[in-house]
Amino acid sequence: MWKRDEAVKPTTGSQPTPSAPAAQGSHQQPASPPTAAPQAETRRQQQQIERDMVNIGKSVVIKGELMGSEDLTIEGHVEGKIELKDHVLTLGPNGKIKAAVFAKSVIVLGEVNGNVTASEKVDIRDGGSVDGDIVSPRVAIAEGARFRGSVDMQRRAPQGTQGAQPRPAGGPQQQPAAQIAQGAR
Amino acid sequence: MAFSDLFSRRRKDDSDGADPGSGGDPVHPTKALARFLTGLSARPQPLLLDLGPVVGSNVTFFGEEVGCKIHVEDIYKDIDRHVKEEKLDALPEFFARRFQQESNTADGILCWDVFDYLDKAAAEPLARGLVRVLAPDGMLLAFFSTADPRSAVPPTYTRHVIVDKNSLQHRPYSAARGKRKPLLNRDIQRMFEPLRISDQFLLKTNMREVLFRKPADAPPG
Repeated sequence: MWKRDEAVKPTTGSQPTPSAPAAQGSHQQPASPPTAAPQAETRRQQQQIERDMVNIGKSVVIKGELMGSEDLTIEGHVEGKIELKDHVLTLGPNGKIKAAVFAKSVIVLGEVNGNVTASEKVDIRDGGSVDGDIVSPRVAIAEGARFRGSVDMQRRAPQGTQGAQPRPAGGPQQQPAAQIAQGAR
Repeated sequence: MAFSDLFSRRRKDDSDGADPGSGGDPVHPTKALARFLTGLSARPQPLLLDLGPVVGSNVTFFGEEVGCKIHVEDIYKDIDRHVKEEKLDALPEFFARRFQQESNTADGILCWDVFDYLDKAAAEPLARGLVRVLAPDGMLLAFFSTADPRSAVPPTYTRHVIVDKNSLQHRPYSAARGKRKPLLNRDIQRMFEPLRISDQFLLKTNMREVLFRKPADAPPG
């Protein structure tokens, strides 16, 4: 009886383990059906999450263009271009990127050398470093983070006419926008 | 009046209006920042050059509140590197080539108190470079100490964290070099020619806040 109790315990736990189904199958076949369905569901969800989170390990070096449609964590080295249109790129503490980055959100704990463009947010955490220009509506730079370059946060809602006019490329800004609009030229 | 009352009043006066900030660092009033911001926000998609160490909340402030594009160039780090490498003599030449930006492109420049840490020989080429980069009608804000630096105090730089347009939190951090002898007012004026001083405020903290403006008809840099 004591042995049977011990065998039952893991099946009631919230953390499914790979060995649990085998033990269950051999000893508790009749008792398992009520818990089997939620467990299988949990397992399926976990596998789905694992599938959706791709990790580039420490020893991996990629040179070229990296494109994807799922969240990505980089712990290795990437050189070239990274494009994750609607997904989150996380650069781990060991990760190094020498590339132009395009993503929905970028979280930096490692080292980025290149321009970063995000449609939502760029977050440089403590210990993270970016050497390049950032274009994103939201930028967070933690104390202890290193940054060298420019930040363009693309003003969201222009107040009146000011700030809404694009600046002529490269040319010196002579007058405020309102004056240019009314100007005689 | 009790002696203890006298003492407490003196202590209060000595604080120069500085309140301890949320992080424990003092918050000081600023007069020139509000005017700098007003001038900057009147320009379409302004480009701001920040010569201080990167401060995340300042970047957010300028990006979200003012709608600036911010370019960070940490001059304090440059000074530190030259001190550590014992190449201070090379600093004037370094500053003469420091800014790769095109002439007349920055709508605003925040120098903070960087000139306090430079000798005249290094300060002049830095000022010349900034004048060149500043756009016509653009503004440059700099703080200059008016008191002799205390040599006994370990050298520190200051992170100027914007609390709001009227106050700055001063967060000191270690420096390789202390403040130099204060620059004279006429030297400051000459150094930044042809910029014109549009406003200047002498604060109780012995800090002079100077707001320069580049005349629209200034000769090209």
